[in-house]
Amino acid sequence: MKSISIIGAGPSGIEAASVLARLGYTVTLFEKSSSPLKNIADKAFLFPNFAAAGDIVELMNKKLLNSNIVQRLDTDIVGLVREGDSGWKLTDAKGASYYSDLVLLATGYTPFDAHRKEELGYGIYEGVVTSLEMEKMIRYDNIVTSLGEKPRRVVFLQCVGSRDEKSGNHYCSKLCCVTAVKQAIELKKQVPDAEAYIFYMDLRMWGQHFEELYRQSQQDYGVRYIRGRISEASGTFDGRVQIKAEDTLMGLPLKMTTDLLVLMVGMEASEGTRCLAKAAGICGDYGFAQSVDPHINDCCTLHDGLFVCGSCKRPMTINDVINDGRAAAVAIASRQ
Amino acid sequence: MSKFSIFIIPFCIGVLFLLVISVWKYWRWIKGFDKLQRAIIRKNIFTWRFLPAIWEAFREGLLHWRITKKNLLLGYMHRSLAFGWFLLIVVGAVQASLGYPDGHPLWIAIFYNYFEIEASPVDFRHAVFFANLMDGLLLYVLSGLFLAMFKKVWSRPLGMKRTTRHTLTDRVAKLSLWCIFPFRLLSEAVTSAIHGNGGFLVKWLGGVFESIGLADPALEYTCWMLYSIALGTFFCIMPFSRYMHIFTEVFLIYFRQLGVHDSDKKTGYTMFELSACSRCGICIDGCPLNRQLAITNVQGVYMLQSIRNLELQRNAEPIAENCLMCDRCVADCPVNLDLSIIRRQVRIKNKVAIDNKGGYEYLRNIHPFNSIGRVAYFGGCMSHLTPGITRSMEAIFNAVGQKYWFMDKDETICCGRPLLQQGFEHQAFELRRKNTEMIVNSKATMLITSCPICYQSFKKEYKLSIPVMHHTEYINMLISNGQLKLRKDDRKVTYHDPCELGRGCGIYDEPRNVLSATTTLLKTKEEREKSLCCGFNLGNPLLDIEQQTKIRDAARDNLLAPNPDTIVTACPMCKKAFTRAEDIPVKDIAEIVAGNIINP
Repeated sequence: MKSISIIGAGPSGIEAASVLARLGYTVTLFEKSSSPLKNIADKAFLFPNFAAAGDIVELMNKKLLNSNIVQRLDTDIVGLVREGDSGWKLTDAKGASYYSDLVLLATGYTPFDAHRKEELGYGIYEGVVTSLEMEKMIRYDNIVTSLGEKPRRVVFLQCVGSRDEKSGNHYCSKLCCVTAVKQAIELKKQVPDAEAYIFYMDLRMWGQHFEELYRQSQQDYGVRYIRGRISEASGTFDGRVQIKAEDTLMGLPLKMTTDLLVLMVGMEASEGTRCLAKAAGICGDYGFAQSVDPHINDCCTLHDGLFVCGSCKRPMTINDVINDGRAAAVAIASRQ
Repeated sequence: MSKFSIFIIPFCIGVLFLLVISVWKYWRWIKGFDKLQRAIIRKNIFTWRFLPAIWEAFREGLLHWRITKKNLLLGYMHRSLAFGWFLLIVVGAVQASLGYPDGHPLWIAIFYNYFEIEASPVDFRHAVFFANLMDGLLLYVLSGLFLAMFKKVWSRPLGMKRTTRHTLTDRVAKLSLWCIFPFRLLSEAVTSAIHGNGGFLVKWLGGVFESIGLADPALEYTCWMLYSIALGTFFCIMPFSRYMHIFTEVFLIYFRQLGVHDSDKKTGYTMFELSACSRCGICIDGCPLNRQLAITNVQGVYMLQSIRNLELQRNAEPIAENCLMCDRCVADCPVNLDLSIIRRQVRIKNKVAIDNKGGYEYLRNIHPFNSIGRVAYFGGCMSHLTPGITRSMEAIFNAVGQKYWFMDKDETICCGRPLLQQGFEHQAFELRRKNTEMIVNSKATMLITSCPICYQSFKKEYKLSIPVMHHTEYINMLISNGQLKLRKDDRKVTYHDPCELGRGCGIYDEPRNVLSATTTLLKTKEEREKSLCCGFNLGNPLLDIEQQTKIRDAARDNLLAPNPDTIVTACPMCKKAFTRAEDIPVKDIAEIVAGNIINP
């Protein structure tokens, strides 16, 4: 039996590990932080069915309870080179080396750093938060303004760091549209008096039930949609945020004061993805890793014995990455 | 014993032609000065300002001091041709007037060695010394000529990577110029071969010629004829070629010293500037469009050339519009031409048809705030996209207890300069008028701005009676008069000179003083006048984001080379440009200062 290393203990890496373990392989699962599933730990509910993220975390953690899986937490893999004819050598940040016959890269994404869009005031005005912080507030039922009060108005801004030439990311991050719809509904559930506005370029309701969710948000929850991007945000004396935008359907500039401005940050290749894709020579666009082709060989790479799965390839949703982890496990197990 | 020979005719025709055309041209251009320029001339013409003008004309027109500072060899080349030729004419004239105390025709000095035999001058003291001096000077000019020929083949040792592509007229003019001095040497040597006159060089060459049997009167005559034709051709073509800069630069220096400057429309003064360009091509090497994008047909030299040749009206867009207006060429230009202003004139002319005169009703709803005893703070449009800067400035005002009016906090109006740089003169005027009215009515005591674009506008394009400061100047003032106390941290930083602040307004030391007080400031390779544009300047509407990024990356590499912890700049535009590159923290000087205040 070949030994397998999986780098990254997110939903994709865990799913792949558990499938391979059940098939009898011995799997070493490397994770740079101290616990698995860091990126979904603070998520509240998952679209489109509002499944509690905590339940998913619990189920995924159960999958790790298999004697064929060895977890190596706090191990930041920074080097990946071919060793001999058929093996790989992994090096961590502390200098320790690990050898393995097969490697699966599941190093995932990192959220766009909203500080880079300074005009939106993140890190400068306390009323400006990212979608991740909003999700956390929703999870702990604690949606409050910078002054600790219930917000009267919340503005969501789409495409922060995605589809944005100026920040260098031309691609669509795929899940922010529906996340904003979902978060706006959750906001209205928790703070029914708050007004919710979503500023968008165009709404991409591509998945099952997404369109229905979008309609529901307007009909049942009164979420308002404005087509246009916000050009700048500034603080007011009472700790609120004033935004300047253009309503491109009305063709008019507008100003609005809001308690919270939620920036729907996009997905970028994580530090680990960038570093290992470069080390292995499988760099794709924007620092993501590249598979052989996106249709029939999406988990294989140019190198024999090196596989990729999940959002280290491109922006993906949680259900996408779980499926992709399973697909990678099958690709590895059925390898000739 | 004749003081005339047929071969002087081409020379004389050339001189007369040059004289007539030059006088006609200059007279027309002076008539083309606008009202303001004439008033300035009238006011200053009977003052001592001609003295510095003479000194500058001597230093730049003959010694080529600014070029020498750029590259010694290049300076030597220009100096030997200009100053050497000038001395040949002056010393030749002295020699002739000593030889013919009773007067002589003009050409005698030019063809002295020929007429020395034909028209026997008196035997004055030091005649031998003069003959040797003239030979030395000729050798000096020839050495420059040799360098010029060498530069044509390989220009790098003379400090130039690229040289100008010249027009046909310029090439013919250059050829005739290059022929003059060798022909002079040849003619004098042949004369010497026959008669044994001349200085050390001519005598020696004459000896060689004699020994190989070239002491032939027919050959002598032909050589002098060729020399005269070369001179005549050069003079005839000169008013239409780049060599018109020789005289024009002197006039330009004089007018400039009188206080005349360019306006937003093409005037007679602009015509002087156009002709004062020697088309040396020094503006090409530094231009970021050349360095990073290999665009080599839009630089100052080509823009001026196409205005002169009136090509720009037919082929307006690419040359005038494709420019970052970073002023790098202005800093490099040895003639100090106002290339950006001339470019803007063309842009304004191009935009007349689309300059929309309406749509300023909204300005009526913006009102000033009574600011007696306060300073007015103008963040600028770009600072609103970098709220870290405006926030820090507010913190600094509060720390020193300075009352201020943030005049564009809510109702932002542009200063007008970005529009003006694009050629929208009318729009810019409307905004300037409104801003001026606001500032005057507010009675604020000082205007402080965070954006170098606005700063340059308020400083140069507005006529405000209160002091205008960029925040780097203001902070520097606060530090030096002890109002602002700062802590020094252990960050190592490099400073990026914004084009509009550095080359535009000459603010280089204030930001460096402030940074030295708060951090460790590292030197970079290309800074101050040589600073590289961040590429996202508002000057160029034609570049796409990839091209801008290439220019930005070159500037960033220069800043990252000394391994700093942070890049610091003093312009919101530059800050945004570098922030997009995401390698390293990028801060405005105000943010650094606001973070290190230890005022109680």
